[in-house]
Amino acid sequence: MQIQSVQVHTMHIPDGFINAPTSAVAGVIAVIGIAICLNGARKQLDEKTAPLAGLVAVFIFAMQMLNFPVALGTSGHLLGGALAAILIGPYAGALAVSVVILVQGLLFADGGLSALGLNIINMGLVTAVVGWFVFRGLVKVIGVSRPKVMAAAFLAGLVSVPVSSLAFVLEYAIGGTGTVPVSTVTVAMVGVHILIGIGEGVITALTVGAVFLVRPDLVYGVHDRLPKQLLVTSNPVTTSANGS
Amino acid sequence: MSKKGLWVLVGVGLVVSLFLAGFVSFYANSEPDGLVKVAEDQGFLATAQDSANATLPTADYGIAGVDSERLSGGLAGVLGVVVIAVIGFGLFWLLGRSKKATAEKQGVDQESA
Repeated sequence: MQIQSVQVHTMHIPDGFINAPTSAVAGVIAVIGIAICLNGARKQLDEKTAPLAGLVAVFIFAMQMLNFPVALGTSGHLLGGALAAILIGPYAGALAVSVVILVQGLLFADGGLSALGLNIINMGLVTAVVGWFVFRGLVKVIGVSRPKVMAAAFLAGLVSVPVSSLAFVLEYAIGGTGTVPVSTVTVAMVGVHILIGIGEGVITALTVGAVFLVRPDLVYGVHDRLPKQLLVTSNPVTTSANGS
Repeated sequence: MSKKGLWVLVGVGLVVSLFLAGFVSFYANSEPDGLVKVAEDQGFLATAQDSANATLPTADYGIAGVDSERLSGGLAGVLGVVVIAVIGFGLFWLLGRSKKATAEKQGVDQESA
């Protein structure tokens, strides 16, 4: 219980917050989710998108170390599921975050070992699914240009974080070992995670915007909706003159 | 081919990630994050237990025995980037490759792929 004494970079759900049976069930659900993602990613990834997916995992790990202040005495950090889903698709995106959470738990003792399933569900699976559907829903309505893609990415990131915090609340309601009422935890969790979501949205928008600027065809969330003038970049005949 | 642009992007991204995890992370905000803060304020932080591998020399994003906090945290960040790069690039390369293998197996119908 010396959690406060160390310098907290990030702190995922530790052992003990959620009881063992609930954590075990979460572990099973996480394994099923990862299996579905492996299967889905196999269909979506090709040799062009695979290296980007590796980079996304690395980048999310690095960004998760960079806690930013959100309110007095509180910090937040990127979760990254929405960002990953937009860039490499929801399946590979959830996998990328899951790899990060596994290494954080196993190598850096960030997040409890028994809570690995809980953390993977909340930060990997939920954020990727929510981020994906928000982003895809928005670009379908507003269309695709760099500002529009960045706006959709911002909202996808913003929404994914409080929803992720609600997943924790659900787990707490089912198997929380604390005695604090669920309603109290809900209000506190969602409140602070809306603030963190703003940071998540900004990072997601800036990163997606940067990739879209240099290689719009690499943003999986819009790869099938790019306007014709942007498709030129991926045309083998003209890319030699493109210089990128 | 456009593959060159991809590898430039990946290379730049890796360098940026190493810089963020190895150097910038030292300047990250060290206040408790959202979950820890809520647990602290609402009074269930005490239910947390140390992770079973909290005694690892790499626990809490540091390297045991390295006294300088900046160096210890920076090395841990670089280590994390390297480990995740190996796992991530390996895993996704395998997944991407299997699609190509399946496509080849199914015949040479799609020339443009």
